[in-house]
Amino acid sequence: MTEVFVNSRFKGEVDDPHKFVGSIIGERRKGNVPQNVNVYYDETADTVFVDGTKGRVVRPLIVVKDGKLMLTDKHVQQLVKKEIAWEDLLKQGVIEYLDAAEEENAFVAFFEGELTPDHTHMEIHPIALIGLTTSLVPYGNYCHSTKLAIGGKNQKQAVGFYASNFSVRMDMDVNLLQTPQAPLVATIMHEISNYNAHPAGQNIVLAVMGYMGYNIEDAIIINKGSIERGFGRTSYFRPAIAEELRYAGGLTDQICVPDKDIKGYKTEVDYRYLEEEGIIYPEAKVGEGDVIIGKTSPPRFLSSMDEYNLTSNIRRESSVSLKHGERGIVDFVLITENGEGNKLVQVRLRDHRTPEIGDKFTSRHGQKGVVGAIVPQSDMPFTASGITPDIIFSPHGIPSRMTISHLIELVGAKTGALAGRNIDGTTFVAESEIDLRKELRSLGMRDNGTETMYNGHTGKQMHARIYIGNMYYLKLKHMVSNKIHSRARGPIQLLTRQPTEGRAKEGGLRLGEMEKDTFVAHGASLLLKERFDSDKTLVPVCEGCGVIAIYNEFKNKSYCPTCGDNVEINNVEISYAFKLMLDEFKSLGIYPRMMLESKY
Amino acid sequence: MDKLFKSYEGKIPENLLKDVKDNLPAKVDKAKAEKVLERVYSEYIESKVDAGESVGLIAAESIGEQGTQMTLNTFHYAGVAEMNVTVGLPRLIEILDGRKNISTPMMEIYLNKPYNKGKDIKQIALSIKETKLKDLTHEFSINIAELIIEVALDKKAIDSVGIDINLVGKKIEKALKAYEVKQKDNIITIKSIKEQPLNELYKIKEKLKGVHISGIKDVYQVLPVKRGEEFIIITAGSNLKAAFDNEYVDSNRTTTNNIFEVSNVLGVEAARQSIIDEVFKVIESQGLNIDKRHMMLVADMMCSSGVIKGVTRYGVVSEKASVLAKASFETPIKHIISAALLGEEDKLNSVVENVMLNQAVPVGTGLPGLQTKIDK
Repeated sequence: MTEVFVNSRFKGEVDDPHKFVGSIIGERRKGNVPQNVNVYYDETADTVFVDGTKGRVVRPLIVVKDGKLMLTDKHVQQLVKKEIAWEDLLKQGVIEYLDAAEEENAFVAFFEGELTPDHTHMEIHPIALIGLTTSLVPYGNYCHSTKLAIGGKNQKQAVGFYASNFSVRMDMDVNLLQTPQAPLVATIMHEISNYNAHPAGQNIVLAVMGYMGYNIEDAIIINKGSIERGFGRTSYFRPAIAEELRYAGGLTDQICVPDKDIKGYKTEVDYRYLEEEGIIYPEAKVGEGDVIIGKTSPPRFLSSMDEYNLTSNIRRESSVSLKHGERGIVDFVLITENGEGNKLVQVRLRDHRTPEIGDKFTSRHGQKGVVGAIVPQSDMPFTASGITPDIIFSPHGIPSRMTISHLIELVGAKTGALAGRNIDGTTFVAESEIDLRKELRSLGMRDNGTETMYNGHTGKQMHARIYIGNMYYLKLKHMVSNKIHSRARGPIQLLTRQPTEGRAKEGGLRLGEMEKDTFVAHGASLLLKERFDSDKTLVPVCEGCGVIAIYNEFKNKSYCPTCGDNVEINNVEISYAFKLMLDEFKSLGIYPRMMLESKY
Repeated sequence: MDKLFKSYEGKIPENLLKDVKDNLPAKVDKAKAEKVLERVYSEYIESKVDAGESVGLIAAESIGEQGTQMTLNTFHYAGVAEMNVTVGLPRLIEILDGRKNISTPMMEIYLNKPYNKGKDIKQIALSIKETKLKDLTHEFSINIAELIIEVALDKKAIDSVGIDINLVGKKIEKALKAYEVKQKDNIITIKSIKEQPLNELYKIKEKLKGVHISGIKDVYQVLPVKRGEEFIIITAGSNLKAAFDNEYVDSNRTTTNNIFEVSNVLGVEAARQSIIDEVFKVIESQGLNIDKRHMMLVADMMCSSGVIKGVTRYGVVSEKASVLAKASFETPIKHIISAALLGEEDKLNSVVENVMLNQAVPVGTGLPGLQTKIDK
């Protein structure tokens, strides 16, 4: 007797599990059992599991009966003519969804040619095995699976032509590739996903070689000429938003050029770009601190005193201005209303980004790298026919990562570029490498993709033949100009008087606990003290009671709030954080005393 | 010559001086010997740690940095079930925390002269392994009508361990008080002298299973191993005191990896050496290379009070003189409150406190001060 579980609950027993499972599957194909029900017979445990619950991953397969596909040419013709759709195939039992468990009982063929009477299913297409982004990697069956996943992941970060109506969109933080190209080596998924309407990369010439040590550790060398011809040039868009909010008491924000007597008024220079309505004009070149949208807000607290105060009409400055390190050109100004009918102003900033040292680029095979040097075209190595590579890629990135697909794409794209056609690189069904090589040879090239090259500086022929060809390269959204940061002096936190944290706040770079330990271990005690001087303060300490005294600047005299001014008061240099801790102790009812003695 | 050596006593450590004495060629004149001694002396002075060197932090960094590279947490002996040893970072943490109950206690038992040649080594090993009553019985049953526990002994098992069958009854009698134990060949009946509920009897039955019959208590696995010329026994489970009482065991060389046991049986100095050895074993097994002196320093810190203290907030850290230093390591509120209640004073003599106050730390360049006091 075989136990039967329905949705993981024990329901009963059957005599012949195979017949039972077969009948359920049969009924499902007929449409008498819902499509999402899956059956699985576990032979070792002699148990049947019937499952129709949510949350299982299922995938479609073509049903095979007696070694023959249920999907006939008639079906295909009807599909092409759009007489039937996917749902009809499901209803007819031509295609069915299997979950991970039922797949265990299935025998799935890859291609029609390998069908035998034992097969139960066939893949719709071999790339149905892998996901959408992963199948965008050409020659994926020649690649290490983890690198394939990384390659797919990297493509999601690529800067491309994300939407053709970008000029009227107000997306936050987007990049746009100025001259995108369709890939030379594409997969069927590029076609399905209409990739060529929104491509994210460019076809470039890649040489696999070293270049004076500037491409060690996954760095790449970029040809300056290529950048000048448009490689990797992107635009960066970021909108600034201001609303006229309403407050209690009929008060509202006002988008305008702020008056000079307003609270928090910046300098006149900061408002120089604003037009009468208080909004900046398009194509204005703005930099750090410049006001884009002028705005004033009503005062924060309305006390009864203000009613009698003649100067009560003081409004606050609340303009939108560029933060530290930001710059750009005003691209687009939009004045509209928000959902509540308040005035809403959006100003889109545009910034031009040419590739620079530290920008991140990748091929489609998880071979990412940052720019190590930008070399003038005159210094780049060249082939006998005068081709200079756009990118030089280090050969050390290949052996340990085993991304053979990267190498095959190079030959494929080279063949495609020379023959003037696109190459199909779909995983499992791509054009074979042997054919590509044959074609490459017929085009007058060496069939292994190498060429004789000459040193760009000296013109000497190189001893080694260089593997060179075309490739589809992507610029990733991680750019140095968004990340570069340094600080000598700068803003501090109000509470602790220590430097702020993070690039956006122009923060300091923390010297942490373990870094501190290294100073101590070296015995560099005074250097350590200096490092931590960022919040040092001079406090007067009363020798009588040991708490912090008060310094009166007018009288140039210190006095103690408890002991008066007839006690000895000395100035002590401590960190402000410590002073703060002592204050917190006091607030807890703990009396911390500082007992002073001469340091020397 | 002796006079010359005598003059260096106190200048050069004793064992160093002895080394020189032993290794000096027999025919060496006094002038040359003095030259050697002077050189040894200057080398000795040279090798001393400088004043103000942060030895503790350097030790911590030296062990800590390498500690991040440790892989592999357990080691298994081939062929023996339950014989796995905690190594790597978990073991290091266990030692330095000063845990009383370590995860895999082990002993390396060296045997006395005639027994260490490998003859009857299996027999000896088995006699060391603890035998509990449950290892020697077919079944335990409770006679509910008469409130009697009946234990049916397994004769074969008893024979293989090699003990007298009547001994089992005596051992049970010893372990249980206020119970009447009778043995008839391989059946032992146990009856309570006082009237007792069935519950109690059941508890006693469970207790009986663990009654110690023979061997060294807590040693639940033995493995004879050939080391060099002789055979030793590696055990899982440790009981150093009982092992020393065993007639086969060479108590001079037998060790355990349980530091507290070493401390209890052999004293705190032995425990210090044991800490060093155990830490060194971990480091060595990971293929790392850390100077032994770092471990010696840590071991000294842990043992200096006479009992073993772990490097935790209850152990070494609680010994710190500074309130602020204690508070900056785990549980600050607890330390601040107790300092406030007791009116504790912080002399600001150590590293962390001075970093908090942004004062020069009294190590290295921050150490020197002025000899003369200056007037205000």
